[in-house]
Order: sequence, then C-alpha cells, then structure tokens
Amino acid sequence: MTITAQNDKHSWRKFKSGLVSFICIACAVATVAPLALVFVHLLQEGFSAVNWDFFTKIPKPPGESGGGMANAIVGTFTLLVLASIIGIPIGVLGGVYLSEYGTRRVNWVLRFFADILNGVPSIVWGVVAYAAIVVVPPKGFSAYAGGAALGFMMVPLIMRTTEEVLLLVPNGYREAALALGISQWKTTLQIVVRSAMKGIVTGVLIALARISGETAPLLFTALGNSHWNRNLHDPIAALPLQIFNFAISPYEDQQHQAWAGALVLVTVAFLVNIFVRALTRGKAV
Amino acid sequence: MTLTMSQTQASVATSATAATTDSVRSETAAFATRDLSVWYGQKEAVQKVNLSIPAKHVTAIIGPSGCGKSTFLRCLNRMHELTPGARTTGEILCFGKNLYSPDLDAVVIRRRIGMVFQKSNPFPTMSIAENVVAGLRLNGIRNKHVLRERMEKSLRMAALWDEVKDDLNRPGISLSGGQQQRLCIARAVAMEPEVLLMDEPCSALDPIATGKVEDLIQDLKTKYTIVIVTHNMQQAGRCSDFTAFFYMGKLIELDRTGKIFTNPAQKQTEDYITGRFG
Repeated sequence: MTITAQNDKHSWRKFKSGLVSFICIACAVATVAPLALVFVHLLQEGFSAVNWDFFTKIPKPPGESGGGMANAIVGTFTLLVLASIIGIPIGVLGGVYLSEYGTRRVNWVLRFFADILNGVPSIVWGVVAYAAIVVVPPKGFSAYAGGAALGFMMVPLIMRTTEEVLLLVPNGYREAALALGISQWKTTLQIVVRSAMKGIVTGVLIALARISGETAPLLFTALGNSHWNRNLHDPIAALPLQIFNFAISPYEDQQHQAWAGALVLVTVAFLVNIFVRALTRGKAV
Repeated sequence: MTLTMSQTQASVATSATAATTDSVRSETAAFATRDLSVWYGQKEAVQKVNLSIPAKHVTAIIGPSGCGKSTFLRCLNRMHELTPGARTTGEILCFGKNLYSPDLDAVVIRRRIGMVFQKSNPFPTMSIAENVVAGLRLNGIRNKHVLRERMEKSLRMAALWDEVKDDLNRPGISLSGGQQQRLCIARAVAMEPEVLLMDEPCSALDPIATGKVEDLIQDLKTKYTIVIVTHNMQQAGRCSDFTAFFYMGKLIELDRTGKIFTNPAQKQTEDYITGRFG
C-alpha cells in the first residue's frame, strides 16, 4: 500500500473513465455526422442549381441545359394532398378507435397489424397499389394510384401516433364531460381529440415528411412525368422520382438538378421538423 | 380473528334495514336504494345497501378507504358504467324513477345529476367562460344570450364571479387549484341539475380553499340535493345535514349528522368517529 501504487490505480481508473466517455461521444458524433455530411455535400453539389428556373420551369429534353423541377414539386404536393385524403381521416379515426372505443383484445390485434404495416418496405405498398389500382380498369399509371400508395403508408403511422397522444389525455377530462351529460362521441371529438390536437397534428406532419421522400411506392404507380400533369388519371411527376431519374442520367446538368432536388427535399424535411419542435415545445400533448 | 369478523358481518346484516332511521325517512327522498350491490368482476364492492338520501339537504358519506363510498356515489349518476367489469344489482330510485330502467339513458341522467370530482378537471382547451357553459354548448344550446346569462349566474353561484369576471377569456387551467375546483362546480351547476354529487371535492385543496368550497355547499343546498363523499370527518361534521357511514362495502348507519357524531346507534360508527380505527 504505497502512495505510488495508489496513484497508479488512480490514473488507470481515470483512463478507463475517459475511454468510456470518449467512446460515447464518438458514437454520438457518428450519429449526427452523416446528417451534417449529407447536408454539406448537397449544398456543394446542388446549391448552384437551385435557382428561379428550378422552381418555375419543367425539365428540358435530355442534353439541353436549363429547365427545372416545377412539375415535380407541384406533383409531390399533389400526391401529398391525395395521400392525406386517404391517410389522415382513416389514420386519425383509427387511432381514436384504439384509444377510446376498442376492447383490449381487438386493440391488441389492431396494434399488432399496424406495427407490422409500419415495418412493411415501401416498395410493397407500391406493388399493392399497382395490383389494386393500376392494373384494374381504367388501366394506367396515375396520380391517384401514387397518392393511394402513399396514403396507405400514412394510415398505420398516423394511427399509432394518434393513439399514443390520445392516451396521454387524462381520464378526468373524459369523466368530467360524460358527467355533464355530454354524449360519448361529442366527448371524444370535442374534448379528448381537441385536447390532443397538437400531438395529432405533429403525428400527421411527421408522417407527411416521411412519405414525401418515398420513391419506391411511386415507381409503378405515379410513374413520373416530364411535363405538367393535367389530369389526375395520368402519370404525375414527383421530386423523389425526378431525383432518381436525373441522378442516373448521363447528362451533367440533370445530375446537378438531381442534387438540387435532394437539397430541396432535405430542407423541407428539416423545416417540418423545426416546425414540429416549435409546435410541441413545452407540453407533450 | 375470524370469529370477530363474522360477528361484525352478522351485526351489520341485522342492522342493514334499521340503518336508515325515521328522522331520515321523514324527509322527501332524492334517492332511495333497494338492495344495491356493486360488483367489480367477482368482488362485491358495495353490498346490499338500502338507504334514502333526503332532497335539498347535504348528505355526507364517510368511511375508511376502500369502503365503497366512492363506488356508491358513482352509481347515483351511472358513472360506474365507465369502469370495465362493473355491474350492479338491486335498484336506485331517483325522485321515484328507477335510474337503471332500460328506457332511461345514462346521458340524460347525468344532465340531471351533476358531479364534481376529487381532482379539479377544467377542460384544457377552453377559457374560463367556455368551461362553464361547455355542458350546455355540447348539449346543443347555441343562443349566446342564454349562454352568457347562465355563465354569469353559475360563476356567481360558485362564488367565483368576482375573482374571474375581468379575465373570462383566460384558460380555465390558469386558475389556482381552489378556483379550478369552484370552476368545475360552476360548470356542473350551469346544467341546472337537481342533484350534485361530490367525490372528495376538497381533498386536493388547502384549508382556505376548502373553507370556500364548504361555504359554497351551504349556499347550494337551498337549491340542490348534495351528496358529498369525504375522507375528512370534520368536513362531514361542518357541512352536512345527514351522514352515512360505510364500512367494508356496507352501510352501517345513516342519520342526522349531529346524532352520528354525538350519539351513533352503531358501535362501529362510534369506533370510527372517535378514531379507534380507520
């Protein structure tokens, strides 16, 4: 038990402590670093192509320079609206059912399937929409088919987040409303859902951000279109599809536009997340 | 130990019918129960209770935790139906009508029989004013004049008007705990019910707020029948006209509050009141 021995022990312990801290910090950095790298790279490659034409013009024929992705941007928003028409009501009301009405056994089954659906690869949704919509009369790739594929994807996502935020609403509010002689459905919609509105909106926005970048479900549903879509029964352009097509094109100009498109998509996802953070600051519900 | 238990049960069984004394029976009954039992699955939480609750008086229900007093109270406006697995046998007459008859809707009953809960629960998305008239609005009353009038009247009855009249548009949950509870009372009163059920309304309040709510109960009893469940025996003594003592799911005794606290008929009541158990 000499002092030197004790010092040795001490420094060895300090070394281990430092090592563990270092590993933890390194892992944390490794998690965030890809985002930073992706963003910086996108800025380097794509920023020069993000200009007024990019947002206002449709693509030029291959080989010609100039043009933009206006049709793809509008197309993506169109598809999101179509998907929302299917995904938001079914997802939210399904979540309301799980939280407010379902019995334990039915809920278990529903949650189980919703969780499986959340894990289904997105290309499978495309195949489903293809089989259910594209190949049945009136045949053909269409904005409707693409919107439906994305809408199906949204349903389980929104259903689970809605259920979770509704379960956070204290039971006292339900009892207070029912004790006033307010009927069950009014209690559910006017008291419970209203109390959890922020959380539900957050879930919807996150689901929209998630599906806005999906490419696979659109490959054989919306198909893509190098012109404006005039009719929702026709193929429609979408940002992820356009990025995919331009990224594998041999023309440098189109490759730059693909980078620019990716930059726009990531920026939108970024902004949605910041907005969601601002919306949910403070309380969880 | 087992022996004393069964003796207790036997004495309760014989006294069950005698529990409601003549002084109570001479009043007009708001509620009368006949062999009311409440089951949670296999457990009989309230056992064959026969009692009548006088109209336009305050009746306190006291008893140790788990004696079935809250469960009993929730049966009076059929709130127990919200508890999965709860069911009742026997019957409850409310002003002569069977509360459990199949042609009576629980929603309609709850408009006539208001309830105030242990934890104040103003609706978080609504202002003070909106909270008060929430029950009316969601039951289809849209006339702004009527709503405004009823809102002010209810807040005055709940002795809250002077404190909140200048910021009726502030969120209901921005009030203090005691004010929130009075807001909940105003909300229940706004429906103009015949009966007000209160489930430990003061247990989360400090003494000053408790005093205000108790004063309020005295004011309200001129118009309403009030049934209040309380853990606090002093509170029952202060603000009730009649007191019912529940023990282990059974009604032991119901009588004028003065009599219960000075000269109870049952040994168990005396033991509880004097603090020998519970």
